[in-house]
Amino acid sequence: MSSTIAFRDVWVEYGDQIVLERLNLTIAAGTFVSLVGPSGAGKSTMLRMLLGQERPSRGEIMLDGVPMGHEPGPDRGVVFQRYSVFPHLTVLGNVLLGFEFAASPVTGRLFGVARRNAIAECHRLIDEVGLSEHRDKYPYALSGGMQQRLAIAQAIAKKPKVLLLDEPFGALDPGTRAQMHELIRFLWRDCGMTVVMVTHDIKEAFALGTRLIALDKKRVDPQAPGRFGAIITYDLDLTRDSAVPVLGFTKPLSKAGSAPHQGAQEGVRP
Amino acid sequence: MRRLMNLAPRPGIRLLLGLLPFVLIAFIYVAASAERRAVNPDDKLLPPVSEMVAAANRLAFEPDRRSGEYVLWSDTAASLRRLALGLGIATAIGLTVGLGIGVLPLVGATLAPLVGVLSMVPPMAILPILFIVFGLGELSKVVLILIGVTPFLIRDLALTISALPPEQLVKAQTLGASTWQVAIRVVLPQIMPRLIEAVRLSIGPAFLFLIAAEAIASDVGLGYRIFLVRRYLAMDIILPYVAWITLLAFLMDWALATLARRAFGFAYVTERR
Ligand SMILES: Nc1ncnc2c1ncn2[C@@H]1O[C@H](COP(=O)(O)OP(=O)(O)OP(=O)(O)O)[C@@H](O)[C@H]1O
Ligand SMILES: [Mg+2]
Repeated sequence: MSSTIAFRDVWVEYGDQIVLERLNLTIAAGTFVSLVGPSGAGKSTMLRMLLGQERPSRGEIMLDGVPMGHEPGPDRGVVFQRYSVFPHLTVLGNVLLGFEFAASPVTGRLFGVARRNAIAECHRLIDEVGLSEHRDKYPYALSGGMQQRLAIAQAIAKKPKVLLLDEPFGALDPGTRAQMHELIRFLWRDCGMTVVMVTHDIKEAFALGTRLIALDKKRVDPQAPGRFGAIITYDLDLTRDSAVPVLGFTKPLSKAGSAPHQGAQEGVRP
Repeated sequence: MRRLMNLAPRPGIRLLLGLLPFVLIAFIYVAASAERRAVNPDDKLLPPVSEMVAAANRLAFEPDRRSGEYVLWSDTAASLRRLALGLGIATAIGLTVGLGIGVLPLVGATLAPLVGVLSMVPPMAILPILFIVFGLGELSKVVLILIGVTPFLIRDLALTISALPPEQLVKAQTLGASTWQVAIRVVLPQIMPRLIEAVRLSIGPAFLFLIAAEAIASDVGLGYRIFLVRRYLAMDIILPYVAWITLLAFLMDWALATLARRAFGFAYVTERR
């Protein structure tokens, strides 16, 4: 299961600082979007909008053609840049939590056979992210990269239709990172989720994504730094065989700004 | 030479350093008491330790001539009952209302200003009202502790909840949690350590309110006894009682601290020693 996401003329402002400007974007179901851009460009902000954690100041975000609910829900999983795991639960407890929420509305806990079945499922997930030795540890006893892997296991446990990742592999060594790439790619193919991943690693963005979107501020007013927000400066389709990106390529502003993009298959030819 | 702030004592030395002030105080007391007795054999202000032990023994292990009760224990039982009721109910209300204010913006908007104002009312100033409304019995004493402690607990918990990273609450919702499930599985376990800390900090005020209420209107209780024997300048009873109250408060504090560490170890790992 996956979902089509559409941004319709979305603006995000904090006070008099414009963060995102005139965002128009359609992400086809099953796309793996790599979102890049300099620090402070508004990548995390964009994910917060997608989550329903915050509302755009103007414009609308549609999920499968209907306006998105203005609160987070189980159809959208997330791995945040920070604070993604629950410090009061062990690795197993963190992964189990989603199952417990779904099965037990009153106590939020599972008991007996149901619990054992859920735990077996969790063990498999924990195995996949390579944390089986650390199953009973609390997050404080995990390294930053291990915490991010735990957050991934937790987020994919309930198979969301949309998976939002905010620099999920930032703290990983190249080896583990490659493993996690395999895992994410497999999960994305297997469950057919729509993935939006923020990363600062251009190689990673190209390796995983089927579509690459870059956010940046094009116009800067030195007198009023908050005057202009970030826009989509690059939008590349990475599925084509000939998709050798040309560095420095910029979509014409008018097109990037106004015409909604019709999904990965019709991506802009570099 | 290392900086002073980096010089930490070894465990054995730490114990010695901790004991030192106690030993000093005891020494000064004994010396001063002996000095006063040497000048005036009828001195009542600083009775020697032997007299205090005798008085404590009498109150603890000999039945009172008139009532036949063991005074120390009946006082202790009465006071602890009031204290436990007051602190217990305050904790229950503090937790429920604090959770409500912290988790539900609607409840927060409705109750937070009220609690803010109530917490500024000096509890001792409304003690007469409590006596008028609830009578001179147990209820008014329990209610005084309740009024004195609950607003602090509520505000402290609401603040603790508002300091939780919003990411956690969002994350829980993406895992399918309802408001109730977020409250009991995400927020509650994370504020429990702070609740216990807050109750620990409330033990002192709770004793203050208890003893004040007992001193004014009561016929049994630790505070009642102290203020009763004050008329006879019976320092040999007052001092052991004060020590006993201190010990009780210390034990409660220690028990809560141990409970918090046992049950919520995750909250204490990053703490500085
Ligand atoms: N709650 C907020 N209030 C005010 N300004 C905010 C808020 N959240 C974000 N901003 C501003 O919005 C801009 C974009 O922030 P955002 O966190 O989305 O950046 P980012 O692209 O994720 O950067 P990074 O790569 O460093 O994580 C920043 O200039 C930031 O100061
Ligand atoms: Mg960010």
